[in-house]
Amino acid sequence: MHPKERRLILQHADTPGYDTSIECYIKHGGYVEQRKAYQMKPEEICQEVLDSGVRGRGGAGFPAGMKWKFLDRRSGKPIYLICNADESEPGTFKDRQIMHKDPHQLIEGMMITAYAIQAKLAFIYIREEMPYAAKILRKAIEDARAANLLGENVLGSGYSCDIIVHRGAAAYICGEETGLIESLEGKRAYPRIKPPYFPAALGLYQCPTIVNNVETLCNVKHIVAMGGKEYAKIGTPGNTGTRIWCLSGHVRNPGYFEIECGKVTYGQLIHELGGGLRPGRKLQALIPGGSSSKVLRGDERFKGKLRDGTPYDWSIEDIPLDFDSPMTVGSMSGSGAVVVVDDSVNIVDVLANINEFYAHESCGQCTPCREGSLWMKKITRRMANGGARVEDVDLLASIGDQIAGRTICAHGEACAWPTQSFVAKFRNEFVAKANETPDERAKREFRLV
Amino acid sequence: MSTQVKMSIQLKDETLREIEAVIPRYPQSRSALMPILHAVQADLGHIPLEAQEWVADKLGLTPIQVREVVTFYPYYREHPIGKRYIRVCRTLSCALNGAYKICDHFKREFDTDLNVISPDGRVTVEFAECLASCGTAPVAMVDDDLYENLTEEKVVEICNRIKQETPSSTQE
Repeated sequence: MHPKERRLILQHADTPGYDTSIECYIKHGGYVEQRKAYQMKPEEICQEVLDSGVRGRGGAGFPAGMKWKFLDRRSGKPIYLICNADESEPGTFKDRQIMHKDPHQLIEGMMITAYAIQAKLAFIYIREEMPYAAKILRKAIEDARAANLLGENVLGSGYSCDIIVHRGAAAYICGEETGLIESLEGKRAYPRIKPPYFPAALGLYQCPTIVNNVETLCNVKHIVAMGGKEYAKIGTPGNTGTRIWCLSGHVRNPGYFEIECGKVTYGQLIHELGGGLRPGRKLQALIPGGSSSKVLRGDERFKGKLRDGTPYDWSIEDIPLDFDSPMTVGSMSGSGAVVVVDDSVNIVDVLANINEFYAHESCGQCTPCREGSLWMKKITRRMANGGARVEDVDLLASIGDQIAGRTICAHGEACAWPTQSFVAKFRNEFVAKANETPDERAKREFRLV
Repeated sequence: MSTQVKMSIQLKDETLREIEAVIPRYPQSRSALMPILHAVQADLGHIPLEAQEWVADKLGLTPIQVREVVTFYPYYREHPIGKRYIRVCRTLSCALNGAYKICDHFKREFDTDLNVISPDGRVTVEFAECLASCGTAPVAMVDDDLYENLTEEKVVEICNRIKQETPSSTQE
């Protein structure tokens, strides 16, 4: 563990000898918070989570306690809890660590959450590409059931709830909560329009449903342990708790780092925790929160006033790692996936790679996204392969502008934001691509598309 | 559904038991569709139309309600693939670390192209989108196993092992 880390969720995950068994988890103080929580009233737990200010770790950063508050408890319909373990945003690999190394922490977090929202049944929707994690979780659930930690009359409380592990089938769109719900109903993962289909009111089987990310649910256990107000002291106001950041791309020491929100900067993450760039290389671009977040230029400076009036003047290196700061500079922290791009690659090729992904993953429901993502992919692929034209830069921008805000789900934004931001920030590079010679292309270390 | 669809394709008893067990676990039986398709594909290697009709009958769905799911999700397939399934991640962090070259090595080792069964019948090599292991890029999956920090040497090693473990179709 790096000295700049503060490990709460991954406290034990990488400790030698720590395994995924229930015995090991209990020996390290596991399932104590569940017992404590089951002595509380469900609404007291909800209040603690609200007080904690914990924000969703899946991408949107919406306060979890608020999400729970929207739950329609008066409908008389059963309530469902879904753990979103479809971790698919390019650059993200944090939930993988939790599920492979500390599955019972997730189960405990889920059982506390399920009790707090009085769920009748809970699901873990896990992506297909993590078959071992699905096995580990199923075993963990069996063992927890045998110990009466889930199932019928949990811990003698009178409350009953089971957890079903449900595997996806390699579709990114299932990470979108309403797409996930459709998928869980045995259908194509076509996201639903909000309103009216807010899961908290009309979710799984048109019943009130809470969908939370793996890391978010693990946090619930720690909120119960220390109390919401105490938890809120970790991090900075409005950006509470720790977050697991995933660092990848062109850094010497890629990996995951759990950091107290707002206490470390992007510069420290890249240079101190991540070991910096490869020798002789310069930071060309930074993707601050998963490949759908808007790109930042390596040499950009950000100036303005924070919400509280404090002036800021940041380079990329100075941006604090939290929820709000990447938004302040016009992007987002998303799923906490930081991708470093050095000057060894051509920036158009990078966008071409990203566009392949979003075109592949568009569900096809809304025309702007289905057609637009494909157009952007085809144009950038052609540009990468030597067919770039000067006018492509404006063509690309116009397509991006016609997608964002015109689709049922946020995949429209997710596929448009990279193109819009790359083109805006690297305009000269996109124009110059038209003059690139085959020799220049051949010289590059790697193909990206 | 009253009409019993007969299937000429035989599912293993174990698969049938798994399917029977999974349906009542869900509040609505249609939710069992994906787990059933997983079980069928694990058994048969792919999900032929005949099996889809059988699944539809099992859950009281129309065949198209099954097929739209099979064709929507990239993991499900209607046609056979090689005996081993190689998926090379091509998404950004892997590509920045040489994923396309890694994929070329896999293709070279089996003298094959993307998305087709290799001439020896041993593998199908495909590109995958982000496998969520970007910190150990480049990565690939062989069936259920993830291989990380791939280099040309590692790929050759993996491929040699596949060749040892998996008889070629021509040898059979």
